[in-house]
Amino acid sequence: MAATTMAKTATGGLTAADVKPGDPLPTFPVDVTATTVILGALASRDWRPMHHDRDFAIHRNGTRDIFMNTPNQAAWFERYLTDWTGPRGRLARLKFRMKDSVYPGDRMEFSGRIDEVETDEVGCTFVRATVDLKVGDRTVTQCSARIAIPSSRDDNPWSRSGERWKP
Amino acid sequence: MTDDIPAEIQSWIGQIRYEEATEFDVERGYIWTTCASVENANPIFWDDAVARELTGGPIAPPTMLSVWFRPHYWAPGRTRVLQPLQIHFDLKEKLGLPEAVMTDNEIVFEEPVRPGDRLRTSQILHSISSPKTTKLGTGRFWVIEVRYTNQRDQVVGKEFYTGFGYRRAA
Repeated sequence: MAATTMAKTATGGLTAADVKPGDPLPTFPVDVTATTVILGALASRDWRPMHHDRDFAIHRNGTRDIFMNTPNQAAWFERYLTDWTGPRGRLARLKFRMKDSVYPGDRMEFSGRIDEVETDEVGCTFVRATVDLKVGDRTVTQCSARIAIPSSRDDNPWSRSGERWKP
Repeated sequence: MTDDIPAEIQSWIGQIRYEEATEFDVERGYIWTTCASVENANPIFWDDAVARELTGGPIAPPTMLSVWFRPHYWAPGRTRVLQPLQIHFDLKEKLGLPEAVMTDNEIVFEEPVRPGDRLRTSQILHSISSPKTTKLGTGRFWVIEVRYTNQRDQVVGKEFYTGFGYRRAA
């Protein structure tokens, strides 16, 4: 099981004053088992056999085992990013490319860096970060994320709606 | 280069298809199962007091957008398995490409999704590539958008999937 790092209250977490371009994000390792892959697939209501049937994955898909599905990878990226920002962090946009698959027995390691910090015309601060999901020395998925964080201690990106939320 | 793609499939590009309502209301059981699957301890999903303070009440993890759109594996009277991204499976069938994987995913998050919401979705095919060969086989890449709205007609998100349909090398 992975270590749990999320702040347990509403008040913890990053604000705009805590971040700048070039800053690294923490590294986060996860040991993947067949249960990780299958639980992730079923939690995301993905019944396709390559995510739970090893024979199907090998003989039909030509992969070496069952592999983690797309929505579960997105859920891992969300967990990684909001562990870092704290609960006021609000995802705006997530884009990722899966260059290879994640299999049972792999150790995933998430790491990242801040590419840009900007405050939009309605006062919302966004961090753009690149996140690498590596297995060994291979980047299997690379993710570009845009996530809102509080501009100040009394700001809350979740309070934004309509014209005040521009993801 | 789309000149060798059947006209029927070319006509799908840019067309809104498969406008559907999801099969059940957004509910917390799946929210907690999803959080458990990635050990996500974010208190906005587990602590109602924090959710009230920060998000105006419980919400679903934003990346669960596609979860609500996936049909039951089985339902009474249903004679075939419904597919969650039907255009993807239509392309596989019409182009004679028996296998497929997703390579890219982009998600834009708008209004939060809340327990009790009933979402509507639609699918749009944006592009189909010329034939490509990868280590998996020879086939084509395609980009499909899925749009999600709630029962108040608010946009809750958009997803863009890049799929690769292929035939394995003999």
